[in-house]
Amino acid sequence: MKMPEPDGDVIARRAQIIKAMQAIVPGEGVITDSDELRAYDHDGLMAYKGLPLIVVLPETTEQVSAILKYAARHNVKIVPRGAGTGLSGGALPLADAITVGLAKFNKILDIDFDNRAVVAQTGVTNLAITQAVEHEGFYYAPDPSSQIACSIGGNIAENSGGVHCLKYGLTTNNVLGIEMVLMSGEVVRIGGKHLDSGGYDLLGVATGSEGLLGVITEVTVRILQKPETARALLIGFPSNEAGGDCVAAIIGAGIIPGGMEMMDKPAIHATEDFVHAGYPLDVQTLLIVELDGPEAEVDYLIERVDAIARQTGATYLRISQSEEEREVFWSGRKNAFPAVGRISPDYLCMDGTIPRNRLADVLKRVAALSEKYGLRVANVFHAGDGNLHPLILFDANQPGELKNAEQFGADILRYCVEVGGVLTGEHGVGIEKRDLMGVMFSEDDLKQQQRLKCAFDPNQLLNPGKVYPTLHRCAELGRMFVHEGKLPFPDIPRF
Amino acid sequence: MTKTLKPETAEQVLDAIKWAAGEGMPLAVRGQGSKDGFGRAVDIPHCLDLTGLSGIKAYEPSELYMTALAATPVAEIEAALRQNNQQMSFEPPNMGILYGGANGESEGSIGGAIGCNLAGPRRIQAGAARDHFLGFNAVSGRGEVFKSGGTVVKNVTGFDLSKLLAGSFGTLAVMTDVTFKVMPAAEKTRTVLILGADDAGAMVAMAASLGSANEVSAAAHLPEAAAALSGVSYVADAGQAVTAVRVEGPGPSVEHRCRALTALLKEFGEIEELHSENSALLWREIRDVRLFDAIDNQIWRLSVPPAAGANVVASLRSDIGGRVFYDWGGGLIWLSMGTLSDAGHETVRAAVADTGGHATLIRADADVRQRVPVFEPQATVLKDLSARVKQGFDPNGVLNPGRMVEGE
Repeated sequence: MKMPEPDGDVIARRAQIIKAMQAIVPGEGVITDSDELRAYDHDGLMAYKGLPLIVVLPETTEQVSAILKYAARHNVKIVPRGAGTGLSGGALPLADAITVGLAKFNKILDIDFDNRAVVAQTGVTNLAITQAVEHEGFYYAPDPSSQIACSIGGNIAENSGGVHCLKYGLTTNNVLGIEMVLMSGEVVRIGGKHLDSGGYDLLGVATGSEGLLGVITEVTVRILQKPETARALLIGFPSNEAGGDCVAAIIGAGIIPGGMEMMDKPAIHATEDFVHAGYPLDVQTLLIVELDGPEAEVDYLIERVDAIARQTGATYLRISQSEEEREVFWSGRKNAFPAVGRISPDYLCMDGTIPRNRLADVLKRVAALSEKYGLRVANVFHAGDGNLHPLILFDANQPGELKNAEQFGADILRYCVEVGGVLTGEHGVGIEKRDLMGVMFSEDDLKQQQRLKCAFDPNQLLNPGKVYPTLHRCAELGRMFVHEGKLPFPDIPRF
Repeated sequence: MTKTLKPETAEQVLDAIKWAAGEGMPLAVRGQGSKDGFGRAVDIPHCLDLTGLSGIKAYEPSELYMTALAATPVAEIEAALRQNNQQMSFEPPNMGILYGGANGESEGSIGGAIGCNLAGPRRIQAGAARDHFLGFNAVSGRGEVFKSGGTVVKNVTGFDLSKLLAGSFGTLAVMTDVTFKVMPAAEKTRTVLILGADDAGAMVAMAASLGSANEVSAAAHLPEAAAALSGVSYVADAGQAVTAVRVEGPGPSVEHRCRALTALLKEFGEIEELHSENSALLWREIRDVRLFDAIDNQIWRLSVPPAAGANVVASLRSDIGGRVFYDWGGGLIWLSMGTLSDAGHETVRAAVADTGGHATLIRADADVRQRVPVFEPQATVLKDLSARVKQGFDPNGVLNPGRMVEGE
C-alpha cells in the first residue's frame, strides 16, 4: 500500500509545530517522544504501521478548532483518531501529519429520556452510551463488535454496523446531530434532538466520511427501549445453498429478525474448538436467527422460522430455552475472530456486501480462490443484510504471504462487486480498499465525491491518502469543460 | 419563452444538462409536479420534465430493494409492493392534496419523494426517505453522469452521496434512477386512542408510549378542531382532542402491545382502539396533512425536539393564533394560519429557535415564497459550506437555482 510522499518541509518544521501545539493544548496533551508515539502507530488494521509527526490530545472543541486553524494556515496535514479500533486503516498515522486523538472527549453531556436522545462527546465509547441509559431500560442500537472500546465519534466517521442493523439500522440511521470542526477551524452544529434539518443533509454525508470532511467533537444519538425479550434459533444445513435459501425464505415471509448470522464449516470448527458452544460439527452452514420483541411476538415468530428452516432442509435445529442458552448460541459467533486467530498466526478480515441470493455462489468462488492462493479461509456472514466477512488465514512471517493474502482479499472484493455488491459494508475503505475504488466507481463518480471533499477541505489536509486512490487538486476538479455543443433538439421531445 | 424539455432516456437528460450548463441556462427540474408549491418560488424559463423516465427497473422482494426510473409514480411503486406485502417504510406523504396542483391529487414521483426527503408518521421509527435511499444514477449540474451507492443496505464505500441528494430539491443533480430499500408490510396494525388529553398531557403520553418497549410506529396528537375533520367517525365524533398511538407487527404481538399501551395510557384519558380500515385512514389523513379546513391557509411544518412540541405551540398561539396538529410524538408540528404577507416567519422561527429545531413554510402563495425564506435560514458557516457543496455539483447554477436558498 503506497502512501503519499511525506512533505519534508513540514517534517523540518516539527519543532515549530510542537511549540504551537503546546500553546494550544497545555500540559501532557502534546506527545512527541517516539516511544510514546508508538502507541499510536497503527489502528485495527495491524498490518500497517507508521509514526505520526506528533500526537495532540485536545480536550475542548476550542482546542480542536485552534489546532485545525493552525494546521490549515501552515499547510500541515491532520489525521483524526478516535479509539483506534477501525479495521481499514482510516487512522493510520502519516509521518508529516498531526494525529489528533479524541480520547479526552470522554463525557456524556446530556441524557434526555423524554426526547429519547443522548448527547455525548466524541470519544465516549459505544457501550458507555448504553450503560448510561440502561437503568431506564434504554440502549443505543448499533453494536459493532468492538463496542467496548470503539468511540461514538469513530462510529460516525465509519458509519459502523453490527449484528442488529437489519432491524435497527446502521449508525447513520441512529445519529441525530453532530458538532464538527472544519479544516478551517470553523465549528458547525448540524441537527440536534429534532429530525431532518432543513438544507443539505451534511450530517448524512459526514457520517461514514472516514475523517476526510471534519473532526467530530460532539454527537447526539437516539436511544431505544430494549425489547422485552429475545430468543434465538441455531440452525444447521448440509449446504451453503440450503442456508441461503432459508435466509431468503425468512425475509420472503416478511420476518425481519433482530439478528441473522451465518458461519461456514471452517468458522464453525474454529469457534467450537475455542468456546465449546455446542455447535454441530457435521453441518456445512450454521445460522443463528434471533427474534426480539414482546414474548407473544417472539414465540409466534420462532414457530414460523422453525417451520421455514425445516422446509428449506435444516438438519440441525435448536431453539434457546433460556437467556443463558441464547448467549451460548452467540458465544461462538461473537468469538469467531479470536477463534480464527488461534488457528493461524495472522488473518485478514474482509468486508464485502453481496445480494443475499448470491451467497452460495460467492462462497464457491471464495473456496476456489482459497485453493488458487493456497491460503485457508473461514467465512462469517451478517446474512440478514448480505455483509460477508471472509477471514483469510496467513503467516506474516512467511515472505510474500501478506501480499498473497491481500491479493486473495482483493479478488474476493472484486467478485462481490461483480455480483452486484460493494467493497465494504461496515469497516470502511481507509487505506485497505483504497486502490480498489476504481472497481466500483468510474473516474467521474470518484471525482464528484472528491468535489464534496473540496467543499469541506479545499487544500486536502484532512486524512490524505485514505479512501481515494488519486487525489486531484480542488482547482482542477472545479474546472469545467464548457460544452460548445448546442442542445440536440431533434432528440429531445419538447413542448 | 418557456420551453419544456422532455427527455426519455438518461442520455437525453445528460444532453439537456450539458446544453444548459454550457449556455448557463437554468432548468426547473420537475417530476410529476405534485410538489410544485414546495420550496422558494422561482421563475425559471426552461423546464426539464422527467415524466418520460418512468417505470420499475428491478424489484427483488427477497433482496428488499427496488430500482425505478426517477419519475415513476409513487402510486405505481406502492401497487407493485402491495402485491408482495411490502412497503416503503418511510411512508411518503401524498403532497398533491396539500398543493392541489395541476395534476390534482397526484401522489408524485419517487424521485420527488426522495429529492424532498419526505417522511410520514413512521419517521420516528423507520426514518425518512434519506434512510431508505440506497443508490442512484444522476447527472450533475456540470453535465456529467455519476452514480453512488448500490442495491445493498450495508454499504460504506465512499461518501454517502445518497444522503446529500435526498432533500436537495433537485439543486445538485438530476437523478435518472433511484434504488431504495423496501420492507415487509406489517401483518396487523392497530391504533390506541386517548380522548380528551390537552396538548401538554398528550406530549407526556406520547413520550411514555415511545419510551416503552411497545415498538410504537407512530404517535400523533389532534387537538379538538383537527380531530373533528377526520373521516374516522370515532375520531371526529369524540368532540374532544384525540391522541393516537400506532402499533404494527404480527397479530399476537400487536394485540399484546395494545393491551400494554392501554394499561400505560389510561391515566391520560378515555381509551379507544382503531382497527384496520379506520386506523389506516387516520394515519393517511395525518400523513397527507388533511386535518385543516381552509384550503387557502398558509401552512408551516415545524420540526422540534418532541417533548418541546406543546410549549412551542403555546407560545405561537398567543402570538399568531392558527391551528395545529402534532405528529412524530410531538416533534412535528403542522401549523395552519390565515394569510399574512410575511407568513409570520419571524414569529414562527423565534418560537422554534430556542429548541434548536427548524421551520419550513410548506404552503403559501408564490409571492410570499419569494419574499420569505421557505427553509430555515442557516448560520453563516453552514450556509457558506452548503453553497460550496452546490458549487461542486452545479457550478453554473443551472439546476433549480433559488429553489432552496435565494441566489443559489
